[in-house]
Amino acid sequence: MSSGFTPSRRGVLAAGTAGAAALGLAACGGDKSSSGGAEPAQGNFDERGPITFATGKDTSGKLKEFLEKWNSQHPDEKVTLSELPESADEQRAQFINNAQAKSDAFTVLGLDVVWTAEFAAQQWVVELPEDKFPLKELIPATVETGRYFKKLYAVPFTTNAELLFYRKDLLSAAGTEEAPKSFEEMYQLIDEIRKSPDGKDTLGFGSQYSKYEGLTVQLTGLAKSAGGALFDDQGKPTVNTPDVIAGVQAVRDGFDSKHIPKEALTYKEEESRQAFQDGKLAFLQNWPYVWELAQNEDGSSSVNGKIDVAPIPGVGDKPGSSTLGGLNYAISAFGKNQGTAVDFIAFMAAEEQQKEWAIATAQAPASAAVYEDEEVLKKFPFFPTLKEAIDGGTPRPQVVKYGDVTQAIQEAGYAVFSGEKEAKAAMDELQKQLESLES
Amino acid sequence: MAVKSRLFGAESRMAYLLLLPTLILLAVVVGFPLVLSIWQSFFRADDGVDPETGLLQQGDTFVGLQNYADAFTSSGAGAGFWNAFWNTTLFTVVGVSIETVLGVAMALIMARALRATGLIRASILIPWAIPTVVSALMWQLIFDANGIANRLLNYQVLWTTEGWQAKAAVLIADIWKTAPYIGLLTLAGLQTIDEQVYEAAKVDGAGRWRTFWSITLPLIRPVLVVAVLFRLLDAMRMFDLPYVLLGKLRSGQTLSMLAQDAATKTDYGMASAYSMVLFCYICLVAFLFIRLLGADVLGESSTRTKKKRAKGSKPKRLVTTSEGSMA
Repeated sequence: MSSGFTPSRRGVLAAGTAGAAALGLAACGGDKSSSGGAEPAQGNFDERGPITFATGKDTSGKLKEFLEKWNSQHPDEKVTLSELPESADEQRAQFINNAQAKSDAFTVLGLDVVWTAEFAAQQWVVELPEDKFPLKELIPATVETGRYFKKLYAVPFTTNAELLFYRKDLLSAAGTEEAPKSFEEMYQLIDEIRKSPDGKDTLGFGSQYSKYEGLTVQLTGLAKSAGGALFDDQGKPTVNTPDVIAGVQAVRDGFDSKHIPKEALTYKEEESRQAFQDGKLAFLQNWPYVWELAQNEDGSSSVNGKIDVAPIPGVGDKPGSSTLGGLNYAISAFGKNQGTAVDFIAFMAAEEQQKEWAIATAQAPASAAVYEDEEVLKKFPFFPTLKEAIDGGTPRPQVVKYGDVTQAIQEAGYAVFSGEKEAKAAMDELQKQLESLES
Repeated sequence: MAVKSRLFGAESRMAYLLLLPTLILLAVVVGFPLVLSIWQSFFRADDGVDPETGLLQQGDTFVGLQNYADAFTSSGAGAGFWNAFWNTTLFTVVGVSIETVLGVAMALIMARALRATGLIRASILIPWAIPTVVSALMWQLIFDANGIANRLLNYQVLWTTEGWQAKAAVLIADIWKTAPYIGLLTLAGLQTIDEQVYEAAKVDGAGRWRTFWSITLPLIRPVLVVAVLFRLLDAMRMFDLPYVLLGKLRSGQTLSMLAQDAATKTDYGMASAYSMVLFCYICLVAFLFIRLLGADVLGESSTRTKKKRAKGSKPKRLVTTSEGSMA
């Protein structure tokens, strides 16, 4: 039986949460009473005029420069920036709030790569005309993060992939120059490093194993690095295949054999970076932002000048694959002047803007050519390695109930890494859970 | 009955008229959202995905008490309910007990301080003045794997991993923050005690413990009971501290966090159901607490003899409000 009356959520939640939980809830107002058809939301790309662009805080100030440039070229189709909070959860809450109220306040939305499926399936964003964007110039793996059921709903602006940061000095103390290609190789190297006087106290390898979104990033990458995948092409979960289990087991082995310290269970990005910068880790898997901070010469990093980057380790003889991060641009189904919005997104994805953005923010651009630009390479010598990592990168599961899916993956991954459950048992259980979420 | 006739007289009609704005305001601000919330908790968002296009079926389905059934059996969408329920209860019972003891101790110190009274009072109150989110972030640093707590212990406890240590971390941070609140209210109670009573006790030869148990405690009891009641209600809604300190760890999940979590997944029916369960739980505890310990929340009296008189007039007040809201 379908409801004839859908109460206003804003009112309901304001009362229902007894005050304490109001933090996140107040933002979830609006109604969702429309019954959608079986067609994706269609945009009206003939409409032109002023638009609003909603995305996270412009911390570098570069975004405003881009808008000034656009606005001076398009005086009748001005873009206004609406800065949202820095926290991704807060941004998502605002977008959902607006979508449920069918508000036309936002036209272009800056979406985290993992929201594509949910926003597309809810028909909060429109299907985009592929021929209007410079998709061929963008790295194919990043364009995939904007697709849902083979249709394009978002165009990548920035992307991201994790890299293996390592200590050159400790490697040479162990008698090698080459970064390890697999977990097994890396664990052997750590044993060698521990035999040297400089490396005898090293904690070994670290990555983000705390129970949060970072753990889903780890598991998605590990599955691919071992030749498997968490979900198959049809979107069916495949988390208990031998490959995926082997991938998860590779990290569990590291914990068991003390090549990964127990404290890594508390690591998010920053904790793991801190441990590496303090010289406690020989190897660190993390996002590229670590490079500049770890190379800092003001004394905040004890490893500056001693580090280098490589692609993350694989499992067995398979190459390591990082999970992709990044920001995509989509068009709200309720926004006005969607024709202008299409042009504006194409403008942001153009090489010129992509290059300027990379130099200003050190964020990985979606445009492939930027990684070969001399000016960029001079500033970020590790960009070729990063490009390699992005090319071989894996998107996170494109599922509608991403919140439930990522939570289940985190629970399972944490149980294995903390030693609470064995890999096979935990992944079998996860498989059942993910299957039940699907139905 | 004398009471009854007064309820329908011309005078009382005037009284209702004067009360009307308040009653309307209460109905709009409290009653309406509450009823909607209950109504919402009987629904669940449709989540069928079209296999061809991947598009979501939209709308809500009436599911009756299914959301509550899921919660109480900790199955399906309600998984994690009992874990959160027991966490909430643990944080409330253990936390508030320790806070009460520490708070009273703080109040005694603040009341007895001879020098620098202002400074001592201010410093004890600082934790209470700091926003919870800020103090949670501070404790996160302290409980870091290489943080101050572990250095003091000279042993690495991984506070922010699943297990008893995570619960302990929440309790420590919460007690640190809220014991001063009880301390402050108790201090106010202490200052109303006449110094002559203590002098009399001294003359009678009562020791310090005897004085505390027989004079101080009974005299601050009315204030203390209210302070503890407020803390109980507050602790049961605990959200921001474990949310910031522990993130998604099951060990720190409270009922408020479950409600927020369901809402971020746009599962508003489940979120409302959790909220209603928490609401009823809080009401029950408040009711039992007031009944058993006689907390004097409305400030009707400060001594027991006055209270008896106040009780006599209570039924009348209740009738007035309930009839009024029906009108």
